[in-house]
Amino acid sequence: MVRVQNLTKTFGEVTAVNDISFIVDRGEIFAFLGPNGAGKTTTIKMLTTLLRPSSGKVELNGLDPVVEQSKARQSFGIVFQDTSLDSELTAYENMELHGVLYHVPRKVRAKRIESLLRLFELWDKRDKFVKEFSGGMRRRLEIARGFLHTPKILFLDEPTLGLDPQSRNQLWTHVKHLNETEQVTVFLTTHYMDEAERVAQRIAIIDHGKIVAQGTPAELKEQTKTESLEDAFLALTGSTIRDEKAGAADQMRQFAKMWRR
Amino acid sequence: MGAIYILWLRELKRYLRSRAQIVASLGQPLLYLLVLGFGLGPVFQQAGKGSYIQFVAPGVVGMSVLFTSIFSGIGLLWDRQFGFLKETLVAPVPRITVMIGRTLGGATVATIQGTLILVVCVLAGFRPVSWAAVPLAFLFMILTAVVFSGLGTAIGSLLENMQGFQLIMNFLVMPIFFLSGALFPLTNLPRLLGTATNLDPLTYGIDGLRGALIGLSHYGFVTNVSVLSLAAALFVTIGAYFFSRIQI
Repeated sequence: MVRVQNLTKTFGEVTAVNDISFIVDRGEIFAFLGPNGAGKTTTIKMLTTLLRPSSGKVELNGLDPVVEQSKARQSFGIVFQDTSLDSELTAYENMELHGVLYHVPRKVRAKRIESLLRLFELWDKRDKFVKEFSGGMRRRLEIARGFLHTPKILFLDEPTLGLDPQSRNQLWTHVKHLNETEQVTVFLTTHYMDEAERVAQRIAIIDHGKIVAQGTPAELKEQTKTESLEDAFLALTGSTIRDEKAGAADQMRQFAKMWRR
Repeated sequence: MGAIYILWLRELKRYLRSRAQIVASLGQPLLYLLVLGFGLGPVFQQAGKGSYIQFVAPGVVGMSVLFTSIFSGIGLLWDRQFGFLKETLVAPVPRITVMIGRTLGGATVATIQGTLILVVCVLAGFRPVSWAAVPLAFLFMILTAVVFSGLGTAIGSLLENMQGFQLIMNFLVMPIFFLSGALFPLTNLPRLLGTATNLDPLTYGIDGLRGALIGLSHYGFVTNVSVLSLAAALFVTIGAYFFSRIQI
């Protein structure tokens, strides 16, 4: 379970995440949606110990990731927005490396790697270098890797970015299957509203660092008197393109990081 | 230990698989060895200093260890750029473990590279005074590699992108090499140059290599090992500190 209370992250003068609170129940698939630069990735980074919150509290399966970092890290898996595989290693070697880093016992490691690679239809490609993989195969491998240490929570940060509809469909089928069979809580971000509507039981929408709405897809549509989740999303966040503002915020963040050093 | 081993192994696998890179990395040391070795050889001999190939070979080995180890540390930048760094930073292992695994991997790769260059030097006509002293040369290669892998990790942790790379090359790596006495004897240097060479950790690595391979040492074994050990401890600590502060 994920519990977030009054979470805030500031970079110098910029407030990337502003006093957000939400709860994700055990075994739930929860979508965290928002325009570019709204604060989704910053929130995920705080939840996964990559960033320290400026204020507020996070709880992952009863663990405070700031205080009990290692235990908290052991309890979740993450698929980042950009690939985090080593393309010079084979698929199997990437899995093996992850297994060792996450203390998966040697006795069960090989079996677990085999079953996950089979599940994600990558077993035949286990000895191929990741640099030879397509985008869809890399994503499947990353999700398989995320499940290797049997996490209780899986964070998926825009996992289907740049994938064709077939790969996206296959990927969500696997995620839903593992969510149902292993009771894994899934926290995901995506820009594809149809995906969110299809897989998520509840959704939170973040804009300008603040949560502007949360509920089931039906509740959000009802709240905004719209027909689709995409319309509800646009009604809640507006139609303005956010790329320029997000870029400026990113620069500020870099500047603040350099200044602190 | 498992995490250190797997990250060490990763560095080694990546190195052994990049055959083109291994061949390419032999180019610069070979150029120094052959062009300077044969080009300056007669001048060096006329000055009564013996064979320049014999003198410069340990310097070229040291240069290879310097470049490989420092670039291996800076390889952190690639991992940052291509995402793998995140995988290690969210893993439930202390960051110091990750840093040590990477540094030892980088140091091993640099030692292998130095050994390759030593073999090439032998093929080019270099002869150690005693083959029995070659293991001692490995000690100096390893110590030098750890020093500069630590420094490379510190630099890689501080740089956000490849833009600062050229700056590091021109204002840090090249001066470290040229001030180390790799290409010239350390005796009778102008005071300023002498001070600069004394402050350069690579000087002690190359002097140690020279002592082991051709029996010609300026500082002596104990000083070389002591300074390199201290520098290794210092740079690995600095590298670990900056690595622990990386935010993505």
